Amino acid sequence: MSQIDRRGFIKLAGLGGGLVFASSLGLNTLGSALDYANGYGGKKVKDFYFVQLSDTHWGFSGPKVNPDAEGTLKKAVQVVNGLEAQPDFIVFTGDLTHTTDDVQVRKDRMAQFKDIVGQLKVPMVHFMAGEHDASLDRGDAYQQFFGKLNYTFDHKGVHFIVLDNVSDPGAIVGESQLYWLKADLKQQKTDARIVVLTHRPLFDLYPDWDWATRDGSAVIDALMPHKNVTVFYGHIHQEHHQMTGHIAHHSAKSLMFPLPAPGSVPKKAPIPWDASAPYKGLGLRNIEAEVRQVKYGITELDLNGG
Amino acid sequence: MHRKKRVLITGVLFVSAMITLGLAIYVRANALPAEREIHITAKKFEFTPDTITVKKGESVVLVVSSQDRKHGFNLRAFGIRADINPGETARIQFNPNKTGKFTFSCDVFCGEGHEDMTGTIVVTE
Repeated sequence: MSQIDRRGFIKLAGLGGGLVFASSLGLNTLGSALDYANGYGGKKVKDFYFVQLSDTHWGFSGPKVNPDAEGTLKKAVQVVNGLEAQPDFIVFTGDLTHTTDDVQVRKDRMAQFKDIVGQLKVPMVHFMAGEHDASLDRGDAYQQFFGKLNYTFDHKGVHFIVLDNVSDPGAIVGESQLYWLKADLKQQKTDARIVVLTHRPLFDLYPDWDWATRDGSAVIDALMPHKNVTVFYGHIHQEHHQMTGHIAHHSAKSLMFPLPAPGSVPKKAPIPWDASAPYKGLGLRNIEAEVRQVKYGITELDLNGG
Repeated sequence: MHRKKRVLITGVLFVSAMITLGLAIYVRANALPAEREIHITAKKFEFTPDTITVKKGESVVLVVSSQDRKHGFNLRAFGIRADINPGETARIQFNPNKTGKFTFSCDVFCGEGHEDMTGTIVVTE
């Protein structure tokens, strides 16, 4: 994305009221769609960008935390639809809905969520589950509405792996999925461009707050032989950036309520709504994939687009 | 001759009795203190009791059971975790070797209040 294009993107997103995080895997021109015959992993690769939305918690109610609980997701859809250059695709990294013990209510929320995000102009949308969607029924309702819990897809030379670390309520990826992951990785060259999408952090960010995956270290070990791996996740309702070796992990903001920084308060609880700065701490992000260099250029933006 | 034999037998019996008595006193004095059982009940979305006080060095067994669904018991500061399945009782050996306040929590997602399902273990001198 050029600087001009980037500014255009930021401006539009800022008008929408959302906070946009621009995470770049290098810098290039959005939409140039350059082909690189000598791409990574022997694949022909192109530049592109996609949008990550996370933790929309459709069905949550708590006026002190978000008095616009029924409007925030719709606003995010408007923001994305208003982007001057539409992304190649959109990912939702879990907690699409807020949890409920009532199976019918759970399904109703998923149906409502699907209707709302069905208004997105971008036809390609990839979903994944959060513990609120899938932990109480091991992903049964989720799969009825959104499909598989773990899968892969390829886009313009980048291999995407969607990992499920929520349908087991113990926050476990599990042996069978690890086996599946390792088999998939065997098909990838060590310099292949790999993006992992998941809900919980794969590393021990703050286990006392449930911000970990119990067997996440086994996933990271499996990914380590690959040189170009980036992980995007949700769950913690705020930006966080961490390296485990050469693997970068980036968490996204929520679209319902923000949470405090890891361990910053004795008890984790949603940060109350700030009437003087509506939607503060909420947002979405765009992620630019540029394939000639593997580097990360991250830009933090406030609501004024600054 | 008979008298000498009686004295000898009496002496052997006396010495045996003394050894047995001494051994009993030694064993009693050196016996390990009994393990203290602490019963904890888990249910959505609380542990009862949610505050437990133990002494450093005390030998404790946490006896944890669930009243509704599967929960987890995780006391990370001591590397302790267990699944708590309904209808079963988890017996968890706990040797508090440091003082302070330590959080334990449910680490098996159990519903909307899951993240509030925590408790505190206080270890005193």
